[in-house]
Amino acid sequence: MKKENELRNKKRYIIIGNSASGVSCIEGIRENDKEGEILVFSDEDYFNYSRPLISYYLAGKLKEDQLNFKDEKFYEKNNVKLFLKTRCEKIDLKDKILFTTYGKFNFDYIFIGTGGKPIIPDIKGIEKIKNGLFTFTKLNDAKKLERYIEDKKVKEVVILGGGLIGLKCAEGLISKNIFVKIVELSDRIFANTFDNIASEIVENKLKENNCEIIKGNTIEKVNTKDGDLKEVILKDGKKIKANVLVIAIGVVPNTEIIEGINIKKNKGIIVDEYMKTNIPFIYAGGDVAESIEFDGNISVIAIWPRATKQGKIAGINMSGGSKKYEGIFIMNSIEFFGIPTISFGITNPKDEKRCEILKKIDYEKKIYKKIVINENKIVGGIFLGDIERAGILNGLIKNRIDVSSFKNLLLDEKFGLLILPETYRKHIVKGEGIEV
Amino acid sequence: MAKVKKISEFVVDRDLEKCIKCQACVRMCSNDVHIYDEEFDIVRNDNSKCVGCHFCESICPTEAIEIKRNTSDIKENYHWKKEYIVDIQKQAETGGVILTGMGCDKHYKNYFDHILLNASQVTNPSIDPLREPMELKTFIGRKPDRIEYEFKNGNLILKTKIPPQLELETPIMFSAMSFGSISLNAMKSLAKAAKDFGTYWNTGEGGLPEELYEYADRCIVQVASGRFGVNIDYLEKAGAIEIKIGQGAKPGIGGHLPGEKVTEQISKTRMIPEGTDALSPAPHHDIYSIEDLKQLIFALKEATSYKKPVGVKIAAVHNVAPIASGIVRAGVDYIVIDGVRGGTGAAPKIIRDNVGIPIEIAIAVVDQRLREEGIRNNASIIAAGGFRKSSDVIKAIALGADAVYIGTAALISLGCHLCQKCYTGKCNWGIATQDPYLTKRLNPEIGAKRVYNLLRAWSLEIKEMLGGMGINAIESLRGNREQLRGIDLNEIELKMLGIKHAGEAW
Amino acid sequence: MVKRIIIREEYCIGCRLCEVHCITKHSKTKDIIKTYKGHEPKPVSGIYFEELGHISFAIQCRHCEDAQCIEACLTGAMYRNENTKAVLHNKEKCIGCWMCVMVCPLGVIKIDKENKKVASKCDLCIEEGFPACVENCPNEAIILVNEKGERIEK
Repeated sequence: MKKENELRNKKRYIIIGNSASGVSCIEGIRENDKEGEILVFSDEDYFNYSRPLISYYLAGKLKEDQLNFKDEKFYEKNNVKLFLKTRCEKIDLKDKILFTTYGKFNFDYIFIGTGGKPIIPDIKGIEKIKNGLFTFTKLNDAKKLERYIEDKKVKEVVILGGGLIGLKCAEGLISKNIFVKIVELSDRIFANTFDNIASEIVENKLKENNCEIIKGNTIEKVNTKDGDLKEVILKDGKKIKANVLVIAIGVVPNTEIIEGINIKKNKGIIVDEYMKTNIPFIYAGGDVAESIEFDGNISVIAIWPRATKQGKIAGINMSGGSKKYEGIFIMNSIEFFGIPTISFGITNPKDEKRCEILKKIDYEKKIYKKIVINENKIVGGIFLGDIERAGILNGLIKNRIDVSSFKNLLLDEKFGLLILPETYRKHIVKGEGIEV
Repeated sequence: MAKVKKISEFVVDRDLEKCIKCQACVRMCSNDVHIYDEEFDIVRNDNSKCVGCHFCESICPTEAIEIKRNTSDIKENYHWKKEYIVDIQKQAETGGVILTGMGCDKHYKNYFDHILLNASQVTNPSIDPLREPMELKTFIGRKPDRIEYEFKNGNLILKTKIPPQLELETPIMFSAMSFGSISLNAMKSLAKAAKDFGTYWNTGEGGLPEELYEYADRCIVQVASGRFGVNIDYLEKAGAIEIKIGQGAKPGIGGHLPGEKVTEQISKTRMIPEGTDALSPAPHHDIYSIEDLKQLIFALKEATSYKKPVGVKIAAVHNVAPIASGIVRAGVDYIVIDGVRGGTGAAPKIIRDNVGIPIEIAIAVVDQRLREEGIRNNASIIAAGGFRKSSDVIKAIALGADAVYIGTAALISLGCHLCQKCYTGKCNWGIATQDPYLTKRLNPEIGAKRVYNLLRAWSLEIKEMLGGMGINAIESLRGNREQLRGIDLNEIELKMLGIKHAGEAW
Repeated sequence: MVKRIIIREEYCIGCRLCEVHCITKHSKTKDIIKTYKGHEPKPVSGIYFEELGHISFAIQCRHCEDAQCIEACLTGAMYRNENTKAVLHNKEKCIGCWMCVMVCPLGVIKIDKENKKVASKCDLCIEEGFPACVENCPNEAIILVNEKGERIEK
């Protein structure tokens, strides 16, 4: 086996996972290595689809053949061998072999982009549910949910979790005229980037649209009859009749593939700034990987742009390049019933007194803008209703720009590039490779 | 009646079929002539404010605007022109002196248009400038009376020390236009074009701004009666120094820069407070006789170690010939004569239009007088005052000038449309203003290219005309009155100019 | 060939003719009067015009080498043209998730709330040749350069 590896002149790259990070890894590799073999393994049956779009599928806004973010020609053009419906079972570090349900494969490098899997909480009785329990991360989840709702003519659904996944699922269901009850542990929805005011504005809109939100609560127990879900019981004792429960409280890194291998991991696979694990020929990226982020801490921030960034960097570095990952901060863009929202960074500072907070609220027009400043630098922001030019703030956070000289203009109508100091403005318009 | 409506000079004719309401004209007009009415979704105009600068016409993307003369007219009257009537109306309202900009626009005889050039036919063959060498090179400065040389080891060695000279690739230089009357971008365009082409530009009396230090070696700095910006740096950096006694547009009075145009930059360069009118005194208060002038000339020469030519600029007035003679005897390296058509940024209209004499006659009489006194080689003569084309330049040289200064022509190549409102500081072309919103419009890269093109075009035309006369070096044309003939001029005019009438042979 | 648009804010006179010509070039008729006076809705220009005091500035997509919008796009609607390296937008694929608006450091992506799509983004006039804004700027505040930084004239 080893000799076979050495005899081959071309390198062989294996990518486990065919979503955001895996596909970007292909692009990264091909930047430096046009000849090497690339093998991609996916345990799903779809040649390419974007997971965030499954709520659009559920809502009927996109058909199944509109969910892809790369077309078939992409794999052909980049000379990629795609193995669908194939599970990867074990990695042999000594001989560099990957064992899969399709067979075994030698490799020079492996990229692990297996993403995240839904967290299933410890609810009493949950193991008794045979019908009516759903998660909402993969396309098949959405399809199963859709079929069940159609078959059983479901009229009401309970969703545990008022974050990104839960709300996106709710949006899809509401457009099918289903009444949705969301149970959220925190005192607000979208807790990781919304504050109470933003949450209130969106909640009011949701309440107008067939949706009930129960905050500060969670599900403690479920009751079933013959395997069918009948009702859920909340922590405060309240009982809700329910036939369908969607668990959407978050994802954890899907690290099954490295079980039994001596790879450094915490919640996720730990990688350095080159996306390399502690094993020199194994890289990882995306929702499965834990890396040093913008605030200096090692964490997993499960958003799409991070996965594409990390996948690409891993691909570049596996094929001989040397690009560093610079770390990001949490950021989300999501629209609720006509209210676009963009939020990023620290929007609920623990010590409000040490930060400076700028706010602008118009409840009638449903416009809300909030900027959190700490030590003269922007650390977070919420734009609700009016989101144009929000990206400029993103740049100001990323580049740690001192805003003291123009912070009074940040929420002004005239907000734009001209209020920024000349040197920064000329620099960002310069961009990478682009001049002013 | 108290309120008399001022008759508009111009009317904005907007073709509503073509107007797309992009509002570029509304944004661009510094006189607020165009207004957008949001309610009716239409662009209107206030004709009374239009000065006829044509900027809106140039910028309109669909050519929907045409600036026309106002036909709402006064009954035709050769004696009482419309302008005189409007001026009286203005004075009745304000009681003030009427200011204006640019050069005299009145109908005095233009002698250049009555002078014709010669061409070779049989005896002295013409020269093709594209095939044979043609020299336009001109040296400005004092020429020695006699050349002394010696032979050493078979080599010819020059013993006479040649006084400092300015070397020009073409006999055309840029006139004095001060920083304050024109914008920095306009000055930069002139400075860059001068440096690239190989000629000189002039700071005028406003000092030398720091941003133009890189062009200072091709610059002539002016020492005027207000002594704005004059310090040792100023003198050291320059290519030549010019003492300004007067200028053609307003002989007898000093320079005038209205307070609106004195911004922070101007204040720094001229060394005066911001926002105050910069009025140069009429005379230099340390020059009350020709001996005083000689002192100043030599003080400047001493200060710069006799390394640079020092010149004097005077306006063309009645006694210009003896005055010029006196100045040359005072020891200058060159003398500038500025005729009645010379331009300005701000001057009382009554002085601009009535004081001074035409440059054609001034040059002719000065050149004649200096030759008669045997001192013509002691100083170069530079003619200035409304040169419109290359034929004007060549005729001035034939009448006796060594080189000419162009001012108005250079500004026209930058976009000026001679609306004569320079003194308001609202020049839409970004030339005669300090308002940063307006000066942006003059891109010095484009400006320098256009002025360079002008010099190039005129130089080529001069070569063609010289070639036609069978002359291959501009210095052979200097003072060569034989190449000129007058037409439609009376005896006295011909005598003043020193030329024969068309039809007269050698 | 890689071409890039360069902005020189010191020469921008604030006439906004760049926007007028961008709109005209991307219209059906390509005729300025028909586009503005016709019945068809005008396309949105890819240019953001900003003015503060006497400084003005017209900025469009920088077609960044490190394009954040392509990384953030969920549907692959933002993509790069391999030959010209310009960043282009496929309206059909766009679902209006606004991820690109969130990450663009210049904020030059315009949104169409009604149709839930990105309204407009500069496409470098890649189909039609020379960028309309560069060609029609009266003061050469916007110019086109190649990868070496040398100016390209029409």
